[in-house]
Amino acid sequence: MNAPAYNFAYLDEQTKRMIRRAILKAIAIPGYQVPFASREMPMPYGWGTGGVQVTAAILGPQDVLKVIDQGSDDTTNAISIRKFFAKTAGVATTTSTEEATVIQTRHRIPEASLHANQVLVYQVPIPEPLRFLEPRETETRRMHALAEYGLMHVKLYEDIARFGHIATAYAYPVKVNARYVMDPSPTPKFDNPKMDNCPALQLFGAGREKRIYAIPPHTKVVSLDFEDHPFEPYRFNAPCALCGAENSYLDEIVTDDKGSRMFVCSDTDYCEGRQAAGHHGALSAAPYKDKAQGKAREKANG
Amino acid sequence: MYVAVKGGERAIENAHRLLANARRGDQSVAEVTLDQISEQLGLAVDRVMSEGSLYDRELAALAIKQARGDLIEAIFLVRAFRATLPRFGASEPVDTGAMRVQRRVSSTFKDIPGGQILGPTFDYTHRLLDPSLAEGFVPQAPALAEASTAPTPRVTDILGRDGLIETSPQAEDGASVGDLTREPLNFPADRDLRLQNLARGDEGFLLAMGYSTQRGYGRNHPFAGEIRFGEVEVEFAAEDVGFAVPLGSIELTECQMVNQFKGSASEAPCFTRGYGLAFGQSERKTMSMALVDRALRAHELGEEVGAPAQDEEFIMSHSDNVQATGFVEHLKLPHYVDFQSELGLLRKLRKEFAEASAGANASDAMKEAAE
Amino acid sequence: MTTIAELPPGFADKVLSAQSTFRSVMDAMARPGSVQRILPMAGTPETMMRGTAAIALTLFDHDTPLWLDARMAESPGVLKWLKFHSGAPVVQDSSIAAFALISDGAALPPFERFALGTNEYPDRSTTVIIQVESLDRGPGFELRGPGIDGAATLQASIKPVDLFERLRCNETLFPRGIDVVLVADDAVAAIPRTTRVLGKGG
Repeated sequence: MNAPAYNFAYLDEQTKRMIRRAILKAIAIPGYQVPFASREMPMPYGWGTGGVQVTAAILGPQDVLKVIDQGSDDTTNAISIRKFFAKTAGVATTTSTEEATVIQTRHRIPEASLHANQVLVYQVPIPEPLRFLEPRETETRRMHALAEYGLMHVKLYEDIARFGHIATAYAYPVKVNARYVMDPSPTPKFDNPKMDNCPALQLFGAGREKRIYAIPPHTKVVSLDFEDHPFEPYRFNAPCALCGAENSYLDEIVTDDKGSRMFVCSDTDYCEGRQAAGHHGALSAAPYKDKAQGKAREKANG
Repeated sequence: MYVAVKGGERAIENAHRLLANARRGDQSVAEVTLDQISEQLGLAVDRVMSEGSLYDRELAALAIKQARGDLIEAIFLVRAFRATLPRFGASEPVDTGAMRVQRRVSSTFKDIPGGQILGPTFDYTHRLLDPSLAEGFVPQAPALAEASTAPTPRVTDILGRDGLIETSPQAEDGASVGDLTREPLNFPADRDLRLQNLARGDEGFLLAMGYSTQRGYGRNHPFAGEIRFGEVEVEFAAEDVGFAVPLGSIELTECQMVNQFKGSASEAPCFTRGYGLAFGQSERKTMSMALVDRALRAHELGEEVGAPAQDEEFIMSHSDNVQATGFVEHLKLPHYVDFQSELGLLRKLRKEFAEASAGANASDAMKEAAE
Repeated sequence: MTTIAELPPGFADKVLSAQSTFRSVMDAMARPGSVQRILPMAGTPETMMRGTAAIALTLFDHDTPLWLDARMAESPGVLKWLKFHSGAPVVQDSSIAAFALISDGAALPPFERFALGTNEYPDRSTTVIIQVESLDRGPGFELRGPGIDGAATLQASIKPVDLFERLRCNETLFPRGIDVVLVADDAVAAIPRTTRVLGKGG
């Protein structure tokens, strides 16, 4: 039998070259979706194969990799992808946003400001922002070519007519460098402002749909809106129950079957960092770290 | 007090162990071997090789075992392995006309040169569960004939000699054959890429799409010109050797549909073609593929395009079961961040709705009181 | 006649050298005007700089038609080295090239002779790699655009001297356009099609 032998970071060199060339064109044409010959990866399509291919093409032995899903390093798919690269590329991994040089993410942008020596790699399910308005690739490609985005504005305006607001809460479309309308991946619109003038390079990989796109550092990224209905990021009414943060994105936790809820930071590294620095929320368990590990052991044994 | 759930890594490791145990099942029952899978579940192996795009019975059997018999999962395993293999080049086109046929039927002519050969088939079996198969079954020896040396020309070639069927659409001279596993797919796609897409496509999807054309969604009047199954030689033209080197033989099923004729003022009417090809014995797959191939040629043949099976973007974007299963099943990944965003918006809209309704009721009440 | 054994070697470690070189080029493209160093070393055929050779080994292969300027194309060493190490087909028609290698900037053809992409597929454009004298001394060019925080100054000694004037075609072509990579020995800088030159500084 042909016993499988795998290359550094899994992908063969020819595939990496092809992806690298696509990444360079993506950076040169901000927000434009570059078609690439996405490979079949050893994880399912829709589970981050685009992000994984981009990460595999850029990652080197000096990199420190962080992987998050829903803002957390400990969600199962984030763990799975982190282990994949630890195993195939032997890179150092971290949960610290500050320490990471490459951050692969699904559905969130970290709360801490990114810096110039970082690359943020997004996993993208449907890269085409116009897809739900026009299912045909031939048509949407023409619309991008002509910068003909009226359909998108009509859709947003119909929302306003029906609901009084733009009824898009995540994957909220943006315009990059005043030219391409781009899908930011299903991040909450809360995160949209972080994409604008970001010091880090942002790369987007859609494996199943075979597209790579990019936002270079310090590029203008504007959420689509109307003068009389300006873009408003989502706001929470309460601070994080664990760290007391008032300006972070929160997960809603259902704590019983009688309607009780609590809200905690979705970015676990940010939340833990704040707690370690002495910030407390209404329900924080102190000292936090010990409790968290105790719970982990309990869970694994249970 | 609340602490965030940790321990995902251990949970994953244990889930893998649980899976390994579930896969093995009751350990007092003998373990299934790859040979057993390859020999006794041969059609499953054929399907995994076809849709996995890799002709290797042993690896396909391993994939089926590893996937606990889930064929789409097995196809996925084979595809992921295939993606890592070095690419040396493309074989010479195989000659299915020279196939050593084990089975060959035509529904268009009562008899054909080389004859109709029923071969191993479920056709004409009565679908009655057979308890004697449960254990220790020894099949009766079949009657076997010496392989005939008589040629078995393809039915479409016989029709073609009289010009009754269109010549098989040819690519331009020197045009390279596309490969959608190595180049991004763009639309419109040529027939080489469409056929590759269908050959890798999900049997169930193609079956449904092919069936839909028979029921009137893009009807194309098919006749099963010929279905043949057997062995063909594969040769590789190595540049430095200067001649084609035989690589071995593979089993293939080929279906040539003879379809609705075309013609115009300047062109004599003739039948048109739909083509299906798969590894191993895969008749349902190749027949469905041929129906869909023909449907996708609607545009080229100047027919009205409207049915799903005629829609190239629709078919090619949704035929792949590895892509489809990944994206459908990704819905079980956490989505609580985007759900939360949606939830927040919905609560806001409901609150505004309630306030507006309350306002309207209040003004109604005032009106009533005033009357 | 050169035999394969006499050809200058490729990377000692293909995988990690290509990764490191790519990151330098990616950083250069993401931050126009910034000068990145290419660390991995390969053998260099005559007329080819170290940085250019490393980029060729990192990005070129059978799928990238390559156009060479006269000085490169006339060097049998360059042709053999590229064929052996990358397999990239060398084409006469610059308008189908994925990459162009320019060692004599003074003889740079007009950009419209290269692939500029289409409005539907602006990525199908030539990346022009120009070897220049220096990327740390010479006239200053003030650059603005995506990838640049405000303005960046590139000090470079470049031929053709009117390169940036010529690149103004990118303003009207966008999203079509030409992306340029400048190489001086082991230094690399990039001028993607979105970069605008506001004027010469000091």
